[in-house]
Amino acid sequence: MNASEEYEIMIGNHAAAYACKGAKVQVVAAYPITPQSPVVEKISYFIESGELNARMVRVESEQSALVACVAASATGVRTYTATSSHGLMLMYEILCWAAGNRLPIVMNIATRAVGAPWSVWTDHQDAFTVRDTGWLQMFCEDNQEIYDTNLQAFRIAEDPCVYVPTLVSYDGYILSHTFMPVRLEPQSRIDDFIPPLKHHLNLGDMNVVKGVCPVTTPHVVKREEGTAPGYYEFRYSLQRAMEHSIEKVVEVHDLFAEKFGRSYGNGIYKAYKMEDADIVIFAVGSVASESRLVIDKLRAKGIKIGLISLKLFRPFPAKHLREVFKDIKTVVVFDRDVGYGYEGILFTELKSALYQLKNRPFIKGYIVGLGGRDVKADDLINGVLRTIELEKKNEYVEQTEFIGLKLDELDFLKKGGKVENGR
Amino acid sequence: MTEEKDYQKILASVQKPVEGEAGKTGSWSTIKPKINLDKCIVAKMEKNVCHFCWLYCPEPIITRTIPPRILYDYCKGCGICVEVCPHKAIEMVEESEL
Amino acid sequence: MADKVKLYDIEDEEYMLAGNRMCSGCGLSLIYRIALKALGPDTIITVPASCLTVLHGMQGFTSVNKISVLNTPFETVAASASGIASALEMMGKGNEVTVVAFAGDGGTTDIGIQGLSGAAERRTNFIYACYDNEAYMNTGVQRSGSTPYGSHTTTTPINGKREHKKNMPRILEAHDIPYVATSCASYPLDIYAKFKRAKEIKGTKYLHILSPCPPGWGYSTQDTIKIGKLSVETGFWPLYEIERGKFVLSHPSNKHLDPSKRKPIEDYLSVQKRFSRLSNEEMEEFKEYVKNLWDYIKKRVECNTQ
Repeated sequence: MNASEEYEIMIGNHAAAYACKGAKVQVVAAYPITPQSPVVEKISYFIESGELNARMVRVESEQSALVACVAASATGVRTYTATSSHGLMLMYEILCWAAGNRLPIVMNIATRAVGAPWSVWTDHQDAFTVRDTGWLQMFCEDNQEIYDTNLQAFRIAEDPCVYVPTLVSYDGYILSHTFMPVRLEPQSRIDDFIPPLKHHLNLGDMNVVKGVCPVTTPHVVKREEGTAPGYYEFRYSLQRAMEHSIEKVVEVHDLFAEKFGRSYGNGIYKAYKMEDADIVIFAVGSVASESRLVIDKLRAKGIKIGLISLKLFRPFPAKHLREVFKDIKTVVVFDRDVGYGYEGILFTELKSALYQLKNRPFIKGYIVGLGGRDVKADDLINGVLRTIELEKKNEYVEQTEFIGLKLDELDFLKKGGKVENGR
Repeated sequence: MTEEKDYQKILASVQKPVEGEAGKTGSWSTIKPKINLDKCIVAKMEKNVCHFCWLYCPEPIITRTIPPRILYDYCKGCGICVEVCPHKAIEMVEESEL
Repeated sequence: MADKVKLYDIEDEEYMLAGNRMCSGCGLSLIYRIALKALGPDTIITVPASCLTVLHGMQGFTSVNKISVLNTPFETVAASASGIASALEMMGKGNEVTVVAFAGDGGTTDIGIQGLSGAAERRTNFIYACYDNEAYMNTGVQRSGSTPYGSHTTTTPINGKREHKKNMPRILEAHDIPYVATSCASYPLDIYAKFKRAKEIKGTKYLHILSPCPPGWGYSTQDTIKIGKLSVETGFWPLYEIERGKFVLSHPSNKHLDPSKRKPIEDYLSVQKRFSRLSNEEMEEFKEYVKNLWDYIKKRVECNTQ
């Protein structure tokens, strides 16, 4: 087989779909939303053409999509769904339910801004908004990474040490609809990599009868027949499993690298030109991709800058990041999201992780590219240069700064301008 | 294989069946149905001929036997059996009179 | 249509265990006890937040024996059944295991109607059973889409509900599913027969069962059967089956096409506290509702012969 045959050119959504086919998902339930739709269209094609033996539940809402996945998973099969933005928001309740039941569901998010106002274009608000629901969360930078991360996600989520549902996010349009070469692995090798699902819940096994997910109390229940954990113990367990899943994420990543020859940093983050860096950009997904260009341009000017592109967002790898940043002088965080009323979410997360360091770096966050506004290398460069200036003055800016705003193009903001359709 | 950690043993919340999940629900009421075997058609005829008390009881606490028996430990004392008995063979009495 | 069932046809085994959390005299408790006997052990039930969650017990231990149950959030029970059914099909158990969604009227007519409509439209192979106690009883008797006109609830505390009950079986009938039936807690043989019939049919089956509720409706616990019977005998709650489009009234509603065979609606309303403040005009409105209901049923029955 020559090189041109090994790779196929496809959009990110189809890379996700091919991974599901490779993982032999058994039940898929999904609802259309831009820019996720081509994932489930492709999976529907695989199923109807007979290439994939699975059931597609063409539900009437995203909420029902995830509910169907929850119920199918609890019945004992491998399940998958995908969504974006408002679809994810509609799933919110069920995200918590899936995690609380420790169901190894895998979901893709083709990231998209959350209304209002309507926007179908990318930012990371949707993915970060579900931060606290109890799902593992990973981000991708290219289509091959989507395919590879999805394959890893099934293995991680279904590991008996983990049993936590897993989200794999990639930027809407920038990856979801952009054609890139993707190497698809032979089925036999995928089968070797992802063992058959051994679920802790198996309602479909009629020999083992049980009630699943009843009301829990604040207490431990003690009876002659045994003891049962309260809500608190279940939620402690979810947190511990999340914390320990980092080891599994790394282990599965390394195993994947060994087997298929492709790796993504250490499985937790991808470092770019970090060897001698004293200033570092911290970002995820499309913003991290764009930052690679920024690093090259700034290095040409003699600035020793590197990039940490975060791959694993939940569990948040605080220990690993402290190790990375312990000798770094300056950190610039670009958030394609806002924790409204505070600051960029990644920015908050990283600062909190680095608090334990003795010599904390100077750290500054910016908001970029909400609702698909272009994130230009020059914009990011301005952010880096401004941060360097602020650091020299040791100045802390209280207000959140937005890069790439175009307020100056709005006539009605100019002196004497009137607000159209005004108040 | 290394021993499983506590968090690996607490997964989804699952239940197994037990009688008296809510305790001895017989304590919810001090008045209880009493079957008068002289009037109960099943007892009198020693045949499976009625068993309305068994059929209509919202709880699994009346037996479809000859004669019918009531599991007082769990009888909540609703009195439905008194109402549905076609032979007026059941009446509500104080627990002490059982 | 459902076969006629006699008392001694009914399964002796109890799948609902004694010492559960249901209120004394609960209509649902009787419905569920009988339904489980009809369904038997090769069944997976999914239950939304409701009184039935309470019956299923707290962490670790349940009052339901030999039948697996999956609890699911309030609005999601039909989608949950879809997931279970799909998984069972993948396991090759689609025909041997019965999937049942068992929900209250709030979870069915209000918050769950979207999921139910979707599951029915997809021809999901499951039984959807709605036990209708005509308000949000588990949260403290708030008005639902299924609460009848004039009924006082905690969210219609002074005026009573101003709108009539949503006719859910008709909505499901419009989905062209193979089996729709109504029943009532006071007719356990009817409940048993209809669950048995539903179990035999492939596709979406919808059972809507009126469930008298002593604390919610305001009557003494011993009167559950009597009040449920009055709901049927007065024509307020007709019992029927619609199998593949054919509408058949069940006993005793099959006598009620003739209005003179129905008891006066006052007999039903006057024995419940929730209707205790009905004015004469409201009583007339209620009569009009029952009349319209039966005018429709008359036309519906006539459709069969066309």
